[in-house]
Amino acid sequence: MKYRDIREISMNLIPVAAFLLALLIGTIMIAFLGVNPLVAYQALLKGAFGSTNAIADTVVKATPLLFVGLGICIAFRAGVLNIGGEGQLVAGALSATIVCLTFPNLPGWMLIIIALLVGLLSGAIWAGVAGFLKAYFNVNEILSTIMLNYIAAYGMNYLLSGPIMDPLQIELGSFIPQTARLAHAVDLPRLIPTRLHFGIVIAVVFAILVYIFLWRTTIGFRIRMIGQNIQASRASGINVQKYIVLAFILSGALVGLGGAIEVLGIHHRLFTDGSVSGFTGSAGFNGIVAALFGQLHPIGTIPASLLLGALLTGANKMQRVVQVPSALIGALNGLIVIFVVGSEYLRRSQARRMERTADTKNNSINKDKRENK
Amino acid sequence: MEAIIIGIAKSAIRLATPYLYASIGETIGQLSGVLNLGVDGVMLMGAFSAFYTVLRTGNLWLGLLAAIVVGAIFGLLIAFINVTLKAEQGISGIGVYIFGLGLSSLLFSTMVGTVQTVSGFPPLSIPLLSNIPVVGEIFFQQNILVYGAFALVPISWFMLTKTPLGLSIRAVGQHPEAADSLGVNILRIRYFTVVLGGILSGIAGASLSIALLNVFQQNLTNGMGFIAVALVYFGAWRPKTVLIGALLFSTVNAIQIWIQVKGINIPSDFTLMLPYIVTIVVLAAMAKRRIHPPAALNKPFERGE
Amino acid sequence: MKCKKNITIIIMISILILSLGFGANAKTFRVAVIMPSAISDLAFSQSMYDSLLTIQKEMGKENFEFVYSENMFVVADAAAAIRDYASEGYDLVIAHGSQYGSSLVDIAPDFPNTSFTWGTSVNTFSDQGITNIFAYEARSEEGGYVCGVLAAKLSESNVYGVIGPIETGDAKLYVDGFKAGVLATKPDAQVNVNWTGSFSDVALASEAAQTHINVGADVLTGTAQMVVGAIGVARQRGVLWFGTQADQTSIAPEVVVANQVYDWTVVLRPMIQLIREGTMGGTTYALTLANEGLKIVVNQEALVGKTIQDIIEGKIDIEL
Repeated sequence: MKYRDIREISMNLIPVAAFLLALLIGTIMIAFLGVNPLVAYQALLKGAFGSTNAIADTVVKATPLLFVGLGICIAFRAGVLNIGGEGQLVAGALSATIVCLTFPNLPGWMLIIIALLVGLLSGAIWAGVAGFLKAYFNVNEILSTIMLNYIAAYGMNYLLSGPIMDPLQIELGSFIPQTARLAHAVDLPRLIPTRLHFGIVIAVVFAILVYIFLWRTTIGFRIRMIGQNIQASRASGINVQKYIVLAFILSGALVGLGGAIEVLGIHHRLFTDGSVSGFTGSAGFNGIVAALFGQLHPIGTIPASLLLGALLTGANKMQRVVQVPSALIGALNGLIVIFVVGSEYLRRSQARRMERTADTKNNSINKDKRENK
Repeated sequence: MEAIIIGIAKSAIRLATPYLYASIGETIGQLSGVLNLGVDGVMLMGAFSAFYTVLRTGNLWLGLLAAIVVGAIFGLLIAFINVTLKAEQGISGIGVYIFGLGLSSLLFSTMVGTVQTVSGFPPLSIPLLSNIPVVGEIFFQQNILVYGAFALVPISWFMLTKTPLGLSIRAVGQHPEAADSLGVNILRIRYFTVVLGGILSGIAGASLSIALLNVFQQNLTNGMGFIAVALVYFGAWRPKTVLIGALLFSTVNAIQIWIQVKGINIPSDFTLMLPYIVTIVVLAAMAKRRIHPPAALNKPFERGE
Repeated sequence: MKCKKNITIIIMISILILSLGFGANAKTFRVAVIMPSAISDLAFSQSMYDSLLTIQKEMGKENFEFVYSENMFVVADAAAAIRDYASEGYDLVIAHGSQYGSSLVDIAPDFPNTSFTWGTSVNTFSDQGITNIFAYEARSEEGGYVCGVLAAKLSESNVYGVIGPIETGDAKLYVDGFKAGVLATKPDAQVNVNWTGSFSDVALASEAAQTHINVGADVLTGTAQMVVGAIGVARQRGVLWFGTQADQTSIAPEVVVANQVYDWTVVLRPMIQLIREGTMGGTTYALTLANEGLKIVVNQEALVGKTIQDIIEGKIDIEL
């Protein structure tokens, strides 16, 4: 094997090595808790891939991560970080639910399409507020999206505690903060008889669409250029501000769609326990991690989301089998993110070194060619 | 009427304390060009360390020291990842947040197990000043960590604007290449600011667990660290304006509690939204002038790039 | 010879039959519980965890085994956990949170040999043809009422502060009950209620307590795991506290007067019995004062402890 090939393979193995290193530290923590690490990790693998149900759970967990990740891809390519994912997921879910509750008599397939579109638009609007505030009032988007996350949560709580609360709850006197179960007609179809629903197909389709958008359209090209070299973009006359806002809006649209799909595919109603993470599973944050693992490429985000979904699903199984505190799962999750993100540098410098040797090699070959002539 | 104002103002000052520590710490780090979204995780680790130390030793200053040490360790970790390994800063911060949240909860459930309270820093009246009517009660009968938070504002302002160190920090964040060519050690400055930020986040956590709330529970901060980061942007990287932001947010929060307690007929969910809406609106109103973030924020430094 | 052989056979068969009988009884009852917060939250989740420990102590570890998954506030993960526990053959899966109901509807039909239960709720979904779901609730308004009556008797300022999470479920029941109890005892009482919007915002609960006291409350109460912040303030400012869901006396014995304690064993015991007899669901249970599922635990120290101490120290001169 050529030296270059080995180096290229080892370069792409660096994130894997980092991942394993994080697991190693996790092993120490697990052993410290008096649990056999081998049993623990075996459970993790079983939980992620060990049965049809496990695989279904993994994919179901990965679906919102993929939607958020795609949104992050677009935003990040324009050089902005969208940490308003949690609020945008809620906006999408809330609007889709309200649509389904308000028009129960429309045919199911029509209602699904409308609800998903409304969810997409709501996410776009929610992100658009932040974009608008940035463009016209210079309000930093990190501040506005964080604030908007909370505002969305309280808005949802308000609606679920009264206006859209399940009438059955009020009647029974239990006042559980949730909506009525949506009609079965608007359930997303299942791919196989498990929880695995059609949402993942929609997500993959959109991944391809995002790829086409970013690499095959003028707008997408400009967005990427702004992210890579904002000075040059301005110099070439592009309205940078407008495109950044657009990237934000598109980002929110994808996330909002993800929220709507979570409702129609898995939960079939909206509920709260005060915070939004009971519904989102912190996909608004984990999706950012998935995007990075996918090298901020929409197609790369697909396996990255699946892997992250597998990790989170498997970790929950591990908790059940060896009965470790759930907090260990969180700590492990954080460690993996830190290690893989940290290893990016090694990978990048390795990549650059390879480029340079390739260049010098090319130069010397050309030199030889010229000299031989 | 007077009693109402005093009550709300005292609440606001207490609520603002952890935000001040964490926000100013993050401001200093961002001024040198490093973004840290993991503030909440470091706050939780600091809160737990302080709480556990006080629980076992009864010594409040030892507890505070524990928070400082743990905060510094996390600061080193973050600096290593963001500055030396040049990782994607927004995302590494989220990793630190998830890790800090998980580790603090894990340590709590294995080392403590049940919810219990400790005797934290008591209110400390400043002689003479605390006797001033109204103002005295609001400002000068708080506990020492509250005083520390507010003292931090002029101290950090002075450090950042009037000392060579502060100049270096701002230069590193604004024109790293120029600073580098003038012999400023970029890495060392960034390590310093990020470790300092970690220490301050740790103290922010301690202010909750051994001064204001006197308890530790899983996820005690409930997302405060993210608000603290948001306030950095409100403050336009200036400690004085960060103070305004922290006080604005906390005062509206104190007012909305009062509105609910008084039974004023607004749905609780809307009053809860108020601090967040007001912060955005005020910032929008203020931002007629162009605010420029440090030019090198979120960009790792590599010589010759 | 033949007699001996017959007797031996009869004895062996008897032993076999008896051991089968014993074997049937000695089969371990396995329970899995999923909870939305930590088992150390001194509130909703802890009450169920403690009750399961009690049952285990009663029945013995060989006969009763339970596993748990705490902090399962992500409903999708909880659903996966419920399904997984069911497929591992647990006899009873407890979904201890009102957000888990929809998940149960999807999962229960797939596991007819497993019994499921959830709360707080009254819906067993029998109208949808499901026969293996039990439901349980807590009539917390009863204990709330009692606490309200006691609070009214003790309060001097006649102003009361209530700190709630979100206005739903058993939190709402408790708060409504408390208010009713106070007003029934002192119709001109001022009961102030605020909602913090989450179950875990300790800082907000703490400041809410301060504000309630500032407007004159000398009795505070509240529900959810965030109230530890409020109890700390109550202790600091010498204001009485009434707790619910668990016994919160240990946090501040000087001021925690009484607690409504949830004892889920009165719900678990009949459920386990029914499951053993073959009924997998369909009944709704409730914690009430009548069945002692709700117990009012009064803390003597906060109620009259100071008086006792003063007498002991000779500070009180009882005129006979």
